[in-house]
Formats: sequence, structure tokens, C-alpha cells
Amino acid sequence: MYRLGIDVGGTNTDAILLDDQHHVINSVKRHTTKDIQTGIGNAIQAVLADQPLDRDQISKAMLGTTQITNAIVERKHIARVGVLRLAYPATEAIPPYTAWPEDLVNKLSGKYAVVKGGYEYDGQILNEIDPDEINAVLEQWRGEVDSVAIIGVFAALRVDQEQQAADLVHAAYGADFPVTMSHEVGSLGLIERENAAILNAGLFRVIENTVDGFEQALAASGIKHASLYLTQNDGTLMTAAYARHFPILTIGSGPTNSIRGAAYLSHLKNAIVVDIGGTTTDLGVLQAGFPRESSIAVTVGGVATNFRMPDIMSIGLGGGSIVRQQRDGSVRVEPDSVGYQITDKALTFGGNIITATDIAVRLGLSDVGDPELVKQIPLKFAQAALKTIGEMIAVAIDKMKTSAEPATVILVGGGAIIAPRHLDGVGKLVRDPLGGVANAIGASISQVSGEYGRIYPYNQIPRDQAMADAKKKAIAAAIESGADEATIEVVEVDEVPLAYHPENANRVKIKVVGNLAR
Amino acid sequence: MRLLDEESIENIATGAAFFGAGGGGNPFLGKLMALEAIKKNGPVKMLDVSEINDDDYFCPAAIMGAPAVMMEKIPKGDEFERVFTMLSQYTGHRFVGTFPMEAGGVNSMVPIALAASLGIPLVDCDGMGRAFPELQMVTFYLGGVAATPMVITDEKGNAGVIKTIDAKWAERLARVQTVEMGGSATVALYPSSGAQIKQNGIRGIVTLCEQVGLRIRDAHLNPAKALAEILEVTNGHLIFEGKVIDVERRTERGFNVGDIKIDGFNDFQDQHLSVLIQNENLLALRNGKPLVMTPDLIEIVDADTLLPVTTEVIKYGKRVKVLATPADARWRTEAGIKTAGPRYFGFDYDYRPVEELVKEG
Repeated sequence: MYRLGIDVGGTNTDAILLDDQHHVINSVKRHTTKDIQTGIGNAIQAVLADQPLDRDQISKAMLGTTQITNAIVERKHIARVGVLRLAYPATEAIPPYTAWPEDLVNKLSGKYAVVKGGYEYDGQILNEIDPDEINAVLEQWRGEVDSVAIIGVFAALRVDQEQQAADLVHAAYGADFPVTMSHEVGSLGLIERENAAILNAGLFRVIENTVDGFEQALAASGIKHASLYLTQNDGTLMTAAYARHFPILTIGSGPTNSIRGAAYLSHLKNAIVVDIGGTTTDLGVLQAGFPRESSIAVTVGGVATNFRMPDIMSIGLGGGSIVRQQRDGSVRVEPDSVGYQITDKALTFGGNIITATDIAVRLGLSDVGDPELVKQIPLKFAQAALKTIGEMIAVAIDKMKTSAEPATVILVGGGAIIAPRHLDGVGKLVRDPLGGVANAIGASISQVSGEYGRIYPYNQIPRDQAMADAKKKAIAAAIESGADEATIEVVEVDEVPLAYHPENANRVKIKVVGNLAR
Repeated sequence: MRLLDEESIENIATGAAFFGAGGGGNPFLGKLMALEAIKKNGPVKMLDVSEINDDDYFCPAAIMGAPAVMMEKIPKGDEFERVFTMLSQYTGHRFVGTFPMEAGGVNSMVPIALAASLGIPLVDCDGMGRAFPELQMVTFYLGGVAATPMVITDEKGNAGVIKTIDAKWAERLARVQTVEMGGSATVALYPSSGAQIKQNGIRGIVTLCEQVGLRIRDAHLNPAKALAEILEVTNGHLIFEGKVIDVERRTERGFNVGDIKIDGFNDFQDQHLSVLIQNENLLALRNGKPLVMTPDLIEIVDADTLLPVTTEVIKYGKRVKVLATPADARWRTEAGIKTAGPRYFGFDYDYRPVEELVKEG
């Protein structure tokens, strides 16, 4: 059996074909199209062309995409969300949307209500929900919201009230009306969970377009029996059906896929991954086989969330970066890029703009396009430009380093050809012929995860039982997401005792990952 | 006098989490509460201690309980006003201003939210110069100011006045009520005159928090410079750098007690640091030898961003720097050491100042 890995970026849509031993059989790059579906279709057609295999043998297809992140950042196609917080009298000191960017709040319509509800830390009722109160709010919002986000205090502990409120929304607006319940998109931390729930509710149209495009492109290519997956921010997969309900979980998956792909290609567990694209270079750190997580609160389009995100640094350098000579004779590599127009505008492709790629071709680091066309670049100029490019990368690497030791660096991305053979402060520089499609590889080799967290009073539920319960529920979540039970292992155990509580209450969170069931 | 705006509040919250020495609450929530309050009511005036009258009365307000509960059950917002007003009625004093009881991500922000909603000024001082786990661990207690009468309340509107024979009883009784109120409650205590503040307050701590917070905010621009400046303004020491290899925590007598073990890197390669905690970081042992002892401050920060890491969120694998700051001179007196020194917390060491221990290495 085979699997397809697809990465839809802003410029390129990459596709790779993998056999069941995870060997890359073929890889291609095509332009991303506005409807995304056409680009995916083109890439699939190209990667399967001349492959002697029956399309029914493709059992899995994985999609990594920045579409959702871009929608938030660009404030595009955002739905109007009604925010229903089950919490009164608690939490009014920090109402929904506190410290959000105003333009995004306006797109989401900014409607919210803090109504009676919520639980205490031990699962007792903080306040009963009042169906009449909720119905009155829904009546007021009728026709003015496209989706509802429901957030209850300690809903990560007890889900009943959120579910009752969801039932009321469905009764009022119809069974198909999009509803996000906060306990499904986050764990403890009311504000971060609420922010994630609101964004999730606001993205249902974007995820519909993306998943529809993916499904239709596959169907149009004759691939009818594959299971479809999308990649998440933590390097694991979710089924396309699941992703339809939880678009927010795709946020940040792009850099994660590139780091995981780099790890796969290099067989390294610890390194700095430098992903050079057309416009930017993203640096991340591979630590013990996984992307190093960002230690600062992660904001998505200006909104604080508590998602695990890779620690990424971006600089304005790519294969399409424009190279200019300054008046004083020095050479500058500009932050602006010819982007996807590189195949028209770069010298080596017959254009008239000197790009970083032309410098690489002139110095024999690459032979893309027509090396004859770049001979007009003076050798000294090219060497100075390469030196500048090398310095820009070296400075960025130095910032990501954790020790003074020379770093091991994996170079990936379509623009990796522009990097010099030697970089200051780098001990070992690893490249791979497939580095250009590292993102798509990362997407196709992703694992699946499951997570569960709640507060256990150890006096009532002893620690062993609590841990076993949390583990069982995390495993169930992973299996639900498609994991092979035999390969599941625990990767994270988080246990926090609640200060001042005599029942020895502890917050326990367990995360497991496993390979996809074949 | 000066006005605290959004930017000052962000920096104070971060800096206060630094001086919280592992405790004092989550700066993200603290900051949002204060920002919301000034959005509704306008910026808050902050007075230097030299600007207040000896005969006026002031009172701090704080949140007591488990930070992990507050992450979900955020206050309603009127609790601060309620405890303040009730204590004013009970004592017969009109409180003309407020101040933080401790430095910490939440408890530096509660008085700012209160000051905004009542339109009263904040005084630039606190009662610890750091955070501590118990109600009697306050410089006002050392100076003979009574902790009670105090008022305790929850978001539902339940409230009580507590009057005890000393601050330790206040701690015992309020702790039980906090648990009953759902693990997190709001308190007002240590009502004080201007003269008492002048004698007992840690002066300028809010401004100092702001200065440290500003440097942490800009640390990404030049981490080495930011660290050097933080050490300079706090008179501090960099005592360790490494990766957390074990977090052992258990609940004893209603507190988090435990041990954070760190393996060194960079200049501390092949060395080990162990930080013993009771909500706050209390004792640091380097290679088995005491290096920093409570009441001196032990601050664990992210190795790269220098953002403070509180004891309830620290995890295996976290790369950290550990800093130490000498405690205010009042904590280094016989009474101060008896109240919050190593032996009070059951550590079998006589207190020695951090600067001496660091010099010995």
C-alpha cells in the first residue's frame, strides 16, 4: 500500500508518494492555486504520472496546510460567532475578547454573553445553567451569528453543562448549526481555552473549503479508497472528518512538518533545521526527535492561546530574494522577493532581476534554469552576495543555538540551494535531495496522538487509579484519531497538585502518541 | 505621582512574577484583570510612599488559594471592592488607597484593578518584596501591624470578617474558608496607616517590578545585556543554568512541597542544582551544598526569554536560568528569619545571606 503526502503552502503545493516502508517513491512541486483544489489535483496527477500502481493501492493521504493560519492572520472568511460563557457569577473580571485585536473581534461580530453556569474544581456545581436565560440570548442573536462557541468554567472537568447548552443552540438554530464546545479544543485555563474555542467556531467555512478541496481533488484523481488526514501543530494527524470540527488544531502545522520531515531525512534527533523557502527562511530546533516548543505564550493573529507550537524564527531571506549592489559597492540581499514569479523574473530563467537563486547558479552551487544566462553577474559581486547570505543564515542560527558548540544544521526547503557550503558556527551541515519537499514528507509520516486532563482528588481517587484513568482516556482519544493501539506510548505526564487543598487534589494531564493503524 | 497605563501594567505583571520567586500567581490572568479594569475606569494613579499622609488609612487586597483554580474560576470582579468596603465599615477607617501585599503575577495586579474601579491611588510598596505562602510572612507583621480584622469573600457574594489573636491564626482560619469557597478567595487584611506603611512597606517595589518586566520584555533583542541589567537592578546573582530533569511535588499540610532538580549546562556543565519548594522556591542546593536560602529570593526563568517560571507550571525538560536576589533587610533580622527563614520551613540549616554563599561557591 502507498500513501500521499501533500503540503499546500502560500507559493507551492508539494506532493510526495511514499511506500509502506516509508520510502519516498516520487515527489513534485506545483503552484498553489486560489481554489487550492486545482493545485492539489495538479500535484497529485504529477506525482502519480508514470507510477505503475493502481490508485486503489493508495490507502492514506495526508494534508499539511497553512490555509487556516493564513485566514486568521489575514482576517479572511471569518464567520460571525456568538460566545456563550457558562460562568456567572464568576469570571466577569475578564470578559470574552479581553486584549484581542479589535479588527478580528469585529469580524467575529464581538457578540458574547456571560450566563449562569460552571463547575468548581472538584466537580461540584458553581451555578446551575438556566435554559430560559440561554434561550433569550439565542433569540437576541438570531440571524446575526453563523456559529456559537460555548465555554464553561471547569468544563475540562465536567462536560455536562456545555453539552446541555449545545443542545439548546441546536434546538433553537437547527441540528446542523455549527457549535464549538470548549472542552473539545483545550484543557485547563479558561481564557486560553475560550480563545481557541472562539477561533475554532469562526473558522468553520475555511476548514470546509480546505477539506472539500482536498477530498474533491483526490476523488477527481481517482483515489477513492484512501483515508484522509490533516496534520496538527504538534506533528500528529487527525482524520479529515475530525478536522472539519476542529480547524484550530491545524494552526502551526507547517513549521512542525518541515522539522519532522528534516528529522526523517537526516536520521538526526538533535539539530537546527533551516527551512529556506521562496521568500522567508524559518529556523526551528529539533530536540530529541521532536520540534522544540515555544516557551512564550503563543499568539495566533494577535490572540493568546495555549497551543503547543514549535519555536520558530523567521528571517526575510529566500530563493527569490532580490540581490542589489549598494552605492558604496557593498552587496545587499533584500527582504523583498520575486516570490512565485521566480520562474519569470530571475536571471537564470530568462528574467532581468538578480535573485539569491541566480547567485547560487553563478557560483555553481546549483544548475537550475540556464547557467549561461547568469554569467553576466560579475564573479566578485556573486561572491560578496553569497558571503552576505551565509552571514544572514549564520546569525539566525546563532540565535537559535543553546550552546556555544558548533551546531548541526539540516538544510531543507525549495530555496536551500542558495546557502553556501560552509556556515560560521556550524559543525555539520546536512542536505538531502528530497529536502525541498520536507514539509510534505513531515505530513505523511506524522503520528496520531490522544490527550486527557482533569483534576483528581487523590483522597477519593488514589493516584494510581487516577493515572490509569487518564492514560486510558488519552489512549481512547488516540485510537479515536486513528492510532494503532499496539504502538501507543505515553509521551507526557503532567501532574500539578492544587495548593491549599486538603483532599490532595491534583491536575493530571497525559498525552500519548502512536503510529497510524495500517 | 504617576499614571499606570497598559504598557506599565504588562511590565509590572511580568516583573512581579519574577519577584514572586516561583509563587504569586499567573501573570497572564493578573494582567488581563488589571487591563480590563483600567479599560472600564481609566488609568490608575500611583503614589510614592513619600507622598502619602501618616494619618490616612490604606488597605491591600489579594487573592488567596490555588493558582490552578484561578486559571478556570476567574473572579467576578466585585470581590475586591466588597472586601475593601466591608473592612472599611468594620474598622471605621476610610481607606484612601491600596497597595499589593506581595509581588506576584496575580497579587500585584489585584490592587491595580481595585484602585481603578474605586478611583483611588495605588501606593508603590508591598509587604514582602517577593511572594511567600503564608499570611503572617509580611513585613507589616514583623513591624507589629495586626493582620486582622480581615475580610474574605468569594465570587458568589459569601463573605466573612475574621478577627484573630495573631497573624498565624488568621492564616489557619482563612485557609479553611478558602478551600470551602472553591479553592480560591479574595481577602483584604493588614489595614495600615500611612505611618505604618512608611515604617513597614517595601518601598518602590512596583516600580522595580516594572523595570525588571521591561527588561524581560525586550530580552529577545539582546539576552545577555537584559540578564546583566536585571542582575544589576536587583543586586542579584546568576547561580545556575540548566535543564529541569525532575519535578517531584507532593501536597503536605495543604501546600505544594517538592524538589526541582536541574542538570547544568554552559558554565555549569556537570553540576546539579536542587530547588526545594513550598509554593514558592525556598532553598537552592548546588551539588548538595546550600547556595540560596529563604528569605532570599530564588527566581527560575526561561533560559532564552528570561520569562519567570512559576512552581506550578515548571516541567521536565524546561531549560532555565536560576537567579538569586538578596531579601529586604527586614527579612534578614532575627524576627524575619524566625518567620520565614529555612528552619521555619523545616530545612535543617542556619540562614546565611546569598552573597556570602555565592562568594564561597
